[in-house]
Amino acid sequence: MALSLREFWTAAHGMILGALFLLSFAGGLAGLYSLRPELVTELGIKERLTRLRWGTMGMAVVSLLTVITGTFIVYPWYRATPPEGADLSLFPRSFLKADPSLSAWHTFGMEWKEHIAWFSPILAFAVAYLVWKYGPELVKNAKMRKMVMVLFVIAFVTAGIAGLFGALITKAAPIL
Amino acid sequence: MTTKEVKLMTTGPAAAAMIGSGIGALVMGLMTTGAELSAALKTFLTWTAPVGPLSGKTGMAIIAWLIAWALLNTFWKGKDVSIDKAFRVTLALIAVGVLFTFPPFFEAFAE
Repeated sequence: MALSLREFWTAAHGMILGALFLLSFAGGLAGLYSLRPELVTELGIKERLTRLRWGTMGMAVVSLLTVITGTFIVYPWYRATPPEGADLSLFPRSFLKADPSLSAWHTFGMEWKEHIAWFSPILAFAVAYLVWKYGPELVKNAKMRKMVMVLFVIAFVTAGIAGLFGALITKAAPIL
Repeated sequence: MTTKEVKLMTTGPAAAAMIGSGIGALVMGLMTTGAELSAALKTFLTWTAPVGPLSGKTGMAIIAWLIAWALLNTFWKGKDVSIDKAFRVTLALIAVGVLFTFPPFFEAFAE
């Protein structure tokens, strides 16, 4: 049982970093939702804010690392041009495009994933900044808290689209 | 948190962070569709050969996001701006960005 270099980076990108961001989203959203004086004591809010500040910043960093590893380490293996007569199963993009029943995984799935994924860290850093700077204000200002939650949800949805297509494309044409 | 401290918290930096992120998303969309419209732009965006034009699209989006955020923050530091308006503008920018990265949309412009 061993992982090749490509399998290691593919797993690090999707199954460790990407999954960590997506799995921690629920905790972050619950933390933001409950950041209200009628639900938590003053001491509880203070403790929750500290956790939320580090949590959202950590998620933003993880999201950025996910797209950097995906774009600059894994993606070049995916899009590499095969030499004449090569085994296409070693060249995922060419493998998918060569089969009409699979080509949409590239023309729709990968084409959307590789672009929309980058929305996630941009929005996640905006959320982290707002939580760091306006933490106590978010407790009192329900409107601003809801705005932060909406941006947080969009960061999650864009990462979710990228993650879902990433998993399905890897199933159809793994990077070997 | 005292009342005095809350009063010092102006909304300008919040609006700058929101709209800055929207501009980053919009530029990502514009570069994606733009690369389909223009072969010259696609070539310009190929900052590294192994990654292809995606390297420039992401690079331009990150640069635009950070510059927009920094400039807006400079303009609005210590000021109160309408957070409602800033949020609506941000959502509109993100929506256009999503549309411009949606393959059926940008492939309609493919050369």
